[in-house]
Amino acid sequence: MTCMELRVENLTVSRGGLPLLQGVRFCVASGQALILRGPNGIGKTTLLRTVAGLQPAVSGDVSVDLDEVCYAAHLDGLKTTLSVEENLRFWADVFGTDDVETALERLNLNELRTRHAGTLSSGQKRRLGLARLLVTGRMIWILDEPTVSLDAASVALFADVVRAHLARGGIALLTTHIELGLEDAQVLELNPFEAKGGANDSADEAFL
Amino acid sequence: MIALLVRDLRLAVRAGGGFGLGLAFFLIVVVLVPFGVGPDTALLSRIAPGVLWIAALLACLLSLDRIFALDFEDGSLDLLATSPLPLEGVAAVKALAHWVTTGLPLVLAAPVLGLLMNLPLAGYTALMISLMLGTPALSVIGAFGAALTVGLKRGGLLMSLLVLPMYVPTLIFGAEMARRGAEGLDYSAPMFMLAGISAGALALLPFASAAVLRVNLR
Repeated sequence: MTCMELRVENLTVSRGGLPLLQGVRFCVASGQALILRGPNGIGKTTLLRTVAGLQPAVSGDVSVDLDEVCYAAHLDGLKTTLSVEENLRFWADVFGTDDVETALERLNLNELRTRHAGTLSSGQKRRLGLARLLVTGRMIWILDEPTVSLDAASVALFADVVRAHLARGGIALLTTHIELGLEDAQVLELNPFEAKGGANDSADEAFL
Repeated sequence: MIALLVRDLRLAVRAGGGFGLGLAFFLIVVVLVPFGVGPDTALLSRIAPGVLWIAALLACLLSLDRIFALDFEDGSLDLLATSPLPLEGVAAVKALAHWVTTGLPLVLAAPVLGLLMNLPLAGYTALMISLMLGTPALSVIGAFGAALTVGLKRGGLLMSLLVLPMYVPTLIFGAEMARRGAEGLDYSAPMFMLAGISAGALALLPFASAAVLRVNLR
């Protein structure tokens, strides 16, 4: 597996023209996980979206191979009228992979495969959302609160999946409020990076 | 890309997907017109091309806001934006799916409704060709409008206000072509203009839609 890393240098991110975090720096190497922590509203999601390339950084650098990034947000991007299998198959086709069976197996979705995603419980939907990570075949996972609405057994299942991903040389950058049980994951507290000062200088930003 | 097209088509025909709504709306509007203007067959056949075109345009408008809004709401759009598919391709494929589920049925239903509107026999070919050439432009321009308003709650009305003026050239040349056909005149000039508008819209607007989506996803 190729060696890769996710490096963030002196990054400032803003949301709605308001700088949230500044001077963020971290580096995650192949096989490592980094857990971001901080209170609600500090900018965890904004930071992840910036790293995933969905929004531009105000300043600073993100060096990451965007072709290896797989982003998973609060919403799972499921189509309620498609079955579990169809949902996964679609993402597998988009990412040009074909490993739907393994993903269903690993997240314990085999019995639900023909159910419409709209009839799943929120924990089951989340598991399906996480199964999508496996079918993408990408090495850098950027996960925004992946454990929301999962029960204890599913959290353990998910932790296993992440561990296997790291063992394969993958990278995981995630936010979570609960203990995942990832033994050697680094933790980064975002509090020290909280942006000081008011709104952005650029007058345009206020309107965006 | 094909996976996305297949998914969008599949979603359209599943429950709540809205397939056929535009078509049903088209049928009802055209059926209502004779009730409104009275049973004067000469008048009806004179206004038939224009009425059919305006009805097609409104039917198309009806389903536009679904193009991106549904994917935005359930988070798929973020995921698609970080997927290997170029966003330009996503915009183009979604416009194509919209055309297949809305524009194409309109083209196929138009002759039946032409009958209801007492469209002269000579006009059917021109009407079909004009809709065939014009509806792709309606879908692509509409997809651009939908991309502009994607993050807005209740963006549908604003989108209509943005999109309808952009539909004017397509409507002018489309209706003109159908009218000339109905009167037995040469309709090649408006046909080429219409084809040009569609080709230009198809070539340029997916890029504009993708640029706008990127801004709206921030």
